[in-house]
Amino acid sequence: MSVVGRNHTKDRPIDTNQKIGDEVKYSTCYMCACRCGIKVHLKDGAIRYIEGNPNHPINKGVLCAKGSAGIMQHYSPARLTKPLLRVGERGAGEFKEIEWDEALQTATMWLSAIRNEDPRKLAFFTGRDQSQALTGWWASQFGTPNYAAHGGFCSVNMASAGLYSIGGSFWEFGQPDWDRTKYLMMFGVAEDHDSNPIKTGLAKVKANGAKFVSINPIKTGYSAIADEWVGLNPGTDGLFILSLVYELLRAGKVDADYLARYTNAPYLVIQDEGAPDHGLFARDEADEILCHDRKSNQLRPCSDPELQPSLTGAVRLPDGRSAVPAFALMAQAYSDPGYAPDAVADRVGIPAEQIRRLAAELAQIAFEEEIVLDQPWTDWRGKRHETMIGRPVSMHAMRGISAHSNGFHTCRAIHLLQVILGSIDCPGGFRYKPPFPRPTPPGPRPAGKLGDVAPNTPLPGPPLGFPMGPEDLLVDDDGQPLRIDKAFSWENPLSNHGMLHMVISNAWRGDPYPVDTLFMYMANMAWNSAMNTADTIKMLTDKNADGEYKIPRLIYSDAYYSETVAYADLVLPDTTYLERWDCISVLDRPICEPEGPADSIRQPVVAPDRDVRPFQEVLLELGARLGLPGMSNDDGSPTYPGGYPDYLINHQRKPGVGSLMGWRGEDGTAKGRGAPNPNQLQKYIDNQCFWQDHLAPDQLYFKHSNQSYLNYAARMGFIDQAQPIVLQIYSEIMQRFRLAAEGHGPHQPPELHRERVKTYFDPLPLWYAPFESACNDEEAYPLYAVTQRPMAMYHSWGSQNAWLRQIHGSNRIYISEGLAKAEGIKEDDWIWVYSRHSRIKAQVRVMMGLNEKTIWTWNAIGKRKGAWNLDRNAGEASKGFLLNHLIDDLLPEQDGGYRYSCSDPVTGQAAWYDLRVRIEKALPHEGAITEPQFPELQKPKGLGQTPAQLRYGAAFQEATGDNGGKLGHKK
Amino acid sequence: MNPAFSVLIFTTLSGAGYGLLTLVALLRMTDAFPAVRWLGFTSLSLALVLITIGLMASTFHLGHPERAWRALSQWRSSWLSREGVMALVTYMPAGLLWLGWIFWQADNHIMSLLALMSALGAILTVICTGMIYASLKTIPQWHNVWTVPVYLMFALMTGALLCYAISLWFGLPAADGLAVLVLLSLLGAWAVKWSYWQAIDTTPKSSDIRSATGLAAFAEVRLLDPPHTEENFLMKEMGYQVGRKHATKLRRLALLLGGVLPFALTLLAIAAASGPFWIAAVIASLAALSGIAGVFIERWLLFAQAQHKVTLYYGQPTA
Amino acid sequence: MTSLPQNPPAKRLGLVIDLDTCVGCHACVVNCKEWNTGGYPAPLSDLNPYGAAQSGAWLNRVHSFEAVYEDNANAARDGASQSQSRTVHFPKSCLHCQDAACVTVCPTGASYKREEDGIVLVQEDLCIGCGLCSWACPYGAREMDPTGGVMKKCTLCIDRIYNEEIEEAQRQPACVNTCPAKARHFGDLADPDSSVSKLVAERGGMDLMPEMGYRPTNKYLPPRPRRDSYGKQGGANGPLESADPKGGFLGWVDRLLSDD
Ligand SMILES: Nc1nc2c(c(=O)[nH]1)N[C@H]1C(S)=C(S)[C@@H](COP(=O)(O)OP(=O)(O)OC[C@H]3O[C@@H](n4cnc5c(=O)[nH]c(N)nc54)[C@H](O)[C@@H]3O)O[C@H]1N2
Ligand SMILES: Nc1nc2c(c(=O)[nH]1)N[C@H]1C(S)=C(S)[C@@H](COP(=O)(O)OP(=O)(O)OC[C@H]3O[C@@H](n4cnc5c(=O)[nH]c(N)nc54)[C@H](O)[C@@H]3O)O[C@H]1N2
Ligand code: SF4
Ligand code: SF4
Ligand code: SF4
Ligand code: SF4
Ligand code: SF4
Ligand SMILES: [Mo]
Repeated sequence: MSVVGRNHTKDRPIDTNQKIGDEVKYSTCYMCACRCGIKVHLKDGAIRYIEGNPNHPINKGVLCAKGSAGIMQHYSPARLTKPLLRVGERGAGEFKEIEWDEALQTATMWLSAIRNEDPRKLAFFTGRDQSQALTGWWASQFGTPNYAAHGGFCSVNMASAGLYSIGGSFWEFGQPDWDRTKYLMMFGVAEDHDSNPIKTGLAKVKANGAKFVSINPIKTGYSAIADEWVGLNPGTDGLFILSLVYELLRAGKVDADYLARYTNAPYLVIQDEGAPDHGLFARDEADEILCHDRKSNQLRPCSDPELQPSLTGAVRLPDGRSAVPAFALMAQAYSDPGYAPDAVADRVGIPAEQIRRLAAELAQIAFEEEIVLDQPWTDWRGKRHETMIGRPVSMHAMRGISAHSNGFHTCRAIHLLQVILGSIDCPGGFRYKPPFPRPTPPGPRPAGKLGDVAPNTPLPGPPLGFPMGPEDLLVDDDGQPLRIDKAFSWENPLSNHGMLHMVISNAWRGDPYPVDTLFMYMANMAWNSAMNTADTIKMLTDKNADGEYKIPRLIYSDAYYSETVAYADLVLPDTTYLERWDCISVLDRPICEPEGPADSIRQPVVAPDRDVRPFQEVLLELGARLGLPGMSNDDGSPTYPGGYPDYLINHQRKPGVGSLMGWRGEDGTAKGRGAPNPNQLQKYIDNQCFWQDHLAPDQLYFKHSNQSYLNYAARMGFIDQAQPIVLQIYSEIMQRFRLAAEGHGPHQPPELHRERVKTYFDPLPLWYAPFESACNDEEAYPLYAVTQRPMAMYHSWGSQNAWLRQIHGSNRIYISEGLAKAEGIKEDDWIWVYSRHSRIKAQVRVMMGLNEKTIWTWNAIGKRKGAWNLDRNAGEASKGFLLNHLIDDLLPEQDGGYRYSCSDPVTGQAAWYDLRVRIEKALPHEGAITEPQFPELQKPKGLGQTPAQLRYGAAFQEATGDNGGKLGHKK
Repeated sequence: MNPAFSVLIFTTLSGAGYGLLTLVALLRMTDAFPAVRWLGFTSLSLALVLITIGLMASTFHLGHPERAWRALSQWRSSWLSREGVMALVTYMPAGLLWLGWIFWQADNHIMSLLALMSALGAILTVICTGMIYASLKTIPQWHNVWTVPVYLMFALMTGALLCYAISLWFGLPAADGLAVLVLLSLLGAWAVKWSYWQAIDTTPKSSDIRSATGLAAFAEVRLLDPPHTEENFLMKEMGYQVGRKHATKLRRLALLLGGVLPFALTLLAIAAASGPFWIAAVIASLAALSGIAGVFIERWLLFAQAQHKVTLYYGQPTA
Repeated sequence: MTSLPQNPPAKRLGLVIDLDTCVGCHACVVNCKEWNTGGYPAPLSDLNPYGAAQSGAWLNRVHSFEAVYEDNANAARDGASQSQSRTVHFPKSCLHCQDAACVTVCPTGASYKREEDGIVLVQEDLCIGCGLCSWACPYGAREMDPTGGVMKKCTLCIDRIYNEEIEEAQRQPACVNTCPAKARHFGDLADPDSSVSKLVAERGGMDLMPEMGYRPTNKYLPPRPRRDSYGKQGGANGPLESADPKGGFLGWVDRLLSDD
C-alpha cells in the first residue's frame, strides 16, 4: 500500500499524450477589437480549449484573459434565448417571447412605414460593432443619414486627427516599429484595441534595450513597466508635447529634409489678414500648391519632382501678396515662450527639467542614433534611395488623449512631433498598416445633405465621411444640424464617426427633430456607454402628454441580458461569436499589419442551442423584406438567399471590391480586386480563417512616398491613384472652417457657433484647457477623475463571465497617497465623489503611482442589479460603480444660454476624461454600499437559473479517464 | 490561520482525551486507580470518547473522509500520517486495557503493559499532533520549540483536571495526589504557554513582503491589488488573523477560564474534600470543564494568532 | 526518510517570470484555468459563479504591488515626476521547489515530486483533502477545489509539455504560450545552457523567500532599473543647446536642408 518514494513516472503513469479534443476549428476572437486568431478545440461537441492561433498575423499564438475566457462567454447564462416583445413598461423587464417571423414582421412594419414617409425617422446606431461595412451600407440603402457606430464616443479624435494629418492613425491604422524602435513614447494608453500586439511589442522594446516612456497620470499596466513614467495632469498632454516641440525648435533639432520631402511644411501659406484666402495655400493657375524653390529662387508647384523647397522665409506671390512656408508659421507658433518648459511645467504638473530632458532624449535618439537599412527604394518622384534611414523614435497614443475635449488638437500635436522628428513610417518610427496611409483625409464626404434624403430612396453615399470644408457639412440653410446626433454640424464639424452619445438625449428632446424608431445594436446605452446614465434611463422611459414614449420605438439587438435590453420594445437576440459568420474586412476596421494587408473571418464553431439569429442575417433579411436596393431583387426575392455568407462572397461595393480581399476572382487567384469567388469562404477556412499579403522589402517603409508601395496600394484599391500622401503639419481644411467663421464664403456658422469654430479650427495644433476644467471652479473641483480599461474585462460584458468576474467582481476608487493623507482618508474608507453634476459613493484604494490630482477607477465594472443574470446580491451592483453617473453629457450654459455637448469641438468625441471632482469622506451610517443604486431589473423569460457551482471540464476527463473518471494516473 | 471549528474541537478534545488516557493508564499501572470495573469504564470511556470525537471531527474536516485511511501511508515523512498511525496504534492497547479493566478486572503484567503502551501511545500521538504544527516552517508561531510542549502540557493539564474529578466522583484516595498534579500542571501548562506567547510576541518576523516578492532591492513594497476581488481559498484558510487588542483580551479570558478558574476551583475542591464527596466532585468537574473551555480558547488563539507566510502576498508587510 | 526523490531530479523544469515586462494582464491566469479545468486536474471548479462571494480554484494568480525605490529621497532626480515607486505585477503559481515541504507533509502520498523532471503534482485519487500541503507552502501555490475536496496546483502543464498530439512549438505550458508580454519562460533550470538558465544568469533571476529554504525552481527576473535621469542608456547626456542664431530666427533650418 505504501506509496512512499513513488516519485517516478513508472509508478505513477500519466497519459501525457491525451488528444486535446476531437475536432479543431479556427476562427477569430471577439472579446475585443484586437481580433486575434483563435484555434478552438472541441470535444464531444463542447468547447474544450480556445488557444491563440500561432500562425495568425495579429496575435501569433497569444491570447489575452478575455479571449481565454471565451468558453464562459459562450456558455453564459445571460444569453438571450428568443426574440422578445415588450409587454410591460419600458425598463420593467416584462417581455413576451415571440417567434422570429413575428419579430421580423413587426420590425418590417415599423421600418417600412418610416421609409415610406421620412427615412430620417429611423436612427440606426451600432455600438461595439465590427461589421460597419454592412451596417453603414444598410443605413444608406434604407436612406437615413442617422447612422453611426460607436466611434464618436470612443476615439474619433485619434482617427480624425490622424487621418487629417498623416493619412493614418494608431490601432488598425498604424503602430510603432516594435522591432527597431529605440525610443517609445506612449500617451494615455491603458490597454487599447491592439491589446495583444502592444504587449508583445513592449516586450520587444524592453528586450532590445529601447527606452519606453509612458505619459499617463496612472502607473499601472503598461505604465508599470515603463522605463520612465510621466505622471502629468490629465488633459495637459498638448501643452507638454508642444513644449517638447519648443525645445526641439530651440535647438534646431528637426528633420528638415524629411519635412521638405514628405510634408506640407514647404507649402506657401498666403499671408493676407482679412482676405477670404488668408491662411490657405498659394496655388498657381493649374491649382497646384506653390513652394519656393531655393535652388532657382522661384515659385514652383509642390508636385515638381525637381523642387528643392525652402522651409523659411517670406516670399512675394505673383499677385503681390506675401506668403510663408507652413514650416515657418509652425516654428513661429511653437517658439513662443509660452511653450517653454518653465512656462508650462506647473500646468502640466511635471518639472520643467523633465520636459527638457525628454526633448533632449528625443533629439539624441532621432538624430544621433539613426538607423540605416541597406534597402534601396524609390520615392514617388522616381528618385532612388540606396538606404532607408530611420529616426527610431516611435509614439503611440489612445484615449488618454482622445477622451478629452482638446483631444483632436493634442493628437495632432503628437503627429506634429513625429513629423518634425522625421519618424513617420521610417525604420524604428511609427509604421502605417495598409490600407493606410490614405489621402488626408481619405474621403468620401458624408451623405445626408438636404435633398439627399427622400422616402424610399437610398442615400447617394455613406452617411459617415470626411468633410473637406464648410460646404460638406450636413446642415440646413440656416446652418442647423440635419442629423439627429448633430454630427457634421457647426457644433462639431469633423465628427467623422458620428455622435452616438448624443442620440438618446437629442431624440428625447426632439432636437433637431423627433425620430420614430431608435434601432440599436451592441451598445449598452442604458448603462456604461452613456454619460449621465441616470438621466439617460429616464429619457428612455419618458412619455409625452399623450402617454406615448418620447422615443416611440426602440429595437435592440444584443446577445445577452444587458441593462439596455430591458428598455427595448423589440429584442432581436444575437448569437455568440462562436456561432456565426463574421468578417473582419478592409472596408471596415481591418486587421492589417505593417508588413502587409490582411483580413479574416469568423466561422460558426458550434451551432446555437437557442432560438437566436446572427444579427447580420437579420439585417439582410430585414433589408430584403423592406425591399432595400442591393438586398432585394426586383421580384422581391432576397439578393442573398444564402444569408450573410452569401453576402460576404457575392456582395461587391465596387466592381471587384468586396468584403474580403483574399482568393478573389472566379478561380481564386486574385487578391484585393477580383470577381467573387464561390469558394472564397472555404479558402479562408482552409487557411485558418485569415488572409494576408506580404509587401516587398522595398515597400516596407516610407509608404506615404514610396512609389512601389503606392502603385501596389492603388492596384489593391486602397487608394484611388498612386499619388504621394503629404503629411499635413498645417491643416488647410481647418483654416477653411476658420475662414468661414471669420465671415468668408457662402457657408458660415450661425452666430451662436461662430466664435467657437473660429477658436478651435486652428490650422496648427493648439492647446486649451479641457472644457470641464475651464467651466469648473478649480478650487471647488480640484481633482481629475478618469477610468481605465481593465485588461481582463471587456466593458460591460465581462461581468457575466464566471472566470473574469472573479478577477474584477467590483471596483474601487483609487486615490493617491498624498491625497489620502491630506484628506485623512484611509484604505477601505468609503468616500463621496462630487462633480458639478452628481455624486457617487465608492470604496477607496490608496496607491503611490498616481498623479496627486487624479483619482480613477476601472471602467464598466459596476452593474445594475438584476442585469446580466447575476444574483441580486452580486458585488458588481453593491460594491461596483460607474464613474459615468458623474459625467454630464452637456456643458453648462454658454453666454447665449446654449449648452454644448461634453465633446471635442472639432470632432464631437465624447470627453469622458474631462471630468473634475472633489471628494469627501462618507459617514459611517451611510453604509458600505456604492451609490447611486437603481431599482432591480426583472429577468425576462428564457433566462435560466444560474448554477450555484461550476465544474466545467469535468466531463472531458470523465469521458476519457480510465481511473475513476480522471485523466492521469492509470491503475 | 483560520481557526476551523472542527480542528479546534479535535485538538482540544483529543488532547484532553490523550491526557486523561495517559494519566489513567499510569495510575492503573501504579494501582492508584484500582481494578474497579466502573472506574475503568468511566475513565477510559471518557478518554476514548473524547479522542474519538476529536478524531471524527478531524476526519470530517477532510475533503474526502472516505479516503482517510490513505493518510496512514506516509508515516515515514509526514507528521499528519504519523499522528494518524499513532492514533490508531494507541487504540489497540487502550481498547484492550478498556476491555481488560471492565471484563477481567485483572491485575497483572499484561494489564500493566497495556497501560504503559496506552500512555506511551497517547503521549506520542500528542507529540505528533504538536509536530504537525511545529514542523510547518510557513507559520513561525507554530514552528518553534514551544509548540510541542504546549500541546503536551495542555493535554496533561486537561487530562489531570478530568482525572482529578473522576477520582473525586469515585472517592479514590489518589485524589489528593491528583489535586497536587492538577495544580502543578496548571502552573506548568500556563508557564509554558506564557513562554510561548512571550516567544511569538518577541521573535522578529523572518520574512517580509520584499523577500516574498523578490523585490528586496526596493526600500518598501506594499500590496496594491489582490489577484481577485473576492476572497479565495488561501485568504479564507490562511488570511485570518485576530487583532492585537482582541487577542490580548482573549488571552486573558483563556488564562482565566483555563488557568485561574480551574486553579481556584481545585483549591476549593481540596477545601471541600471534608464535606460530602459530591460537592468536591462537582467543583472539580466544573474546574475540568472550565479548563477545557480555556484550552479551546487557547487553541483558537493558537490559530488566530498564527500568521502564515502566504499573507505576505495578500498585504501583510512581514510574517 | 522523505518522500522527495532520493536523487535530485535530472531535469528541473520550471518557469522564469519576468517582472520587468509583466503588465498584469491576467492572460496566463485565465488560460491556465481554461486549459486545466478540462485537463489533468479537471475540473477547477467555481462557487457562486454568478453570485456574491464568487470564488474558484486557480493555479496561477497575478498580484499587484507597489515598490518604493531605495533612492526615494532623491526624488527630484533630473526632474523626474513622482517617480518614487514602481508598480509590479506579480504572477504566482507553484514554484516546483526542490525542498518541497508540501510533499513531505502529505499524509497520503498524493503529493509528490517527479524524479525525472522535478514537477510537483497531486495524484488526486489519493488526496483526502486535508489541506496540510497548502499550509506547508509559503507561496500560496495550492488551492483546495471548492467542490471536489481535493487539492489543486500547477502541474507545469504536464499534459502539454510532453504531449505528442500537440505541435512541438506549442509543447509549452498554457500560460507561457498565451502570455502576450512574453514575460513567462519555460525550460530546464538544471541545465546551465538552457535558455531559461541563461536568462536567469543574465538578468539576475531571484528566488522568492530564499530564507525559507525551499529552493524554488521557478525564478523571477527583477524589474530593470528605471531610466529617468541623464546619462542613462537610451537617454541624453544633458539638455539641448540652443541652435546657433546666426542667420536669424530659424536660420539653422537652411543649414539642415540637403540637396537631393
Ligand atoms: N466612464 C467611462 N465610460 C465609457 C468609457 C470610459 O472610458 N469611461 N469608454 C467609452 C467607450 S470608448 C466605449 S467604446 C463604450 C463601450 O460601451 P458599449 O458600446 O456599451 O460596449 P459594451 O459594454 O461592450 O457592450 C455593448 C453591448 O454589446 C452586447 N454584445 C456583446 N456581444 C454581442 C454580440 O455578439 N452580439 C450582439 N448583438 N450584442 C453583443 C453586450 O451584451 C452589450 O450589451 O463605453 C464608453 N463609456
Ligand atoms: N481589456 C479591454 N480592452 C479593451 C477594452 C476593454 O473594455 N477592455 N475596450 C476597448 C475600447 S472600446 C477602447 S476605446 C480601447 C481604449 O483603450 P485605452 O486608450 O487604453 O483605454 P483607457 O482605459 O481609456 O485608457 C486611457 C489611459 O489614459 C490615461 N489618461 C487619462 N487621461 C489622460 C490624459 O489626459 N493624458 C494622458 N497622457 N493619459 C491619460 C488613463 O490613465 C488610462 O491609462 O480599449 C479597447 N480594448
Ligand atoms: S486581445 Fe484578447 S479579447 Fe481581444 S481579440 Fe485578442 S484575445 Fe480576443
Ligand atoms: S500573461 Fe504575462 S504579462 Fe500577463 S499577467 Fe501573465 S505573466 Fe504578466
Ligand atoms: S511552491 Fe508550494 S506547492 Fe509548489 S513545490 Fe513549492 S512548496 Fe510545494
Ligand atoms: S490535501 Fe491532499 S495532497 Fe494535500 S496534504 Fe492532504 S492529502 Fe496530501
Ligand atoms: S504551467 Fe500550466 S498549470 Fe502551471 S500555471 Fe502555467 S498554465 Fe497553469
Ligand atoms: Mo471605445
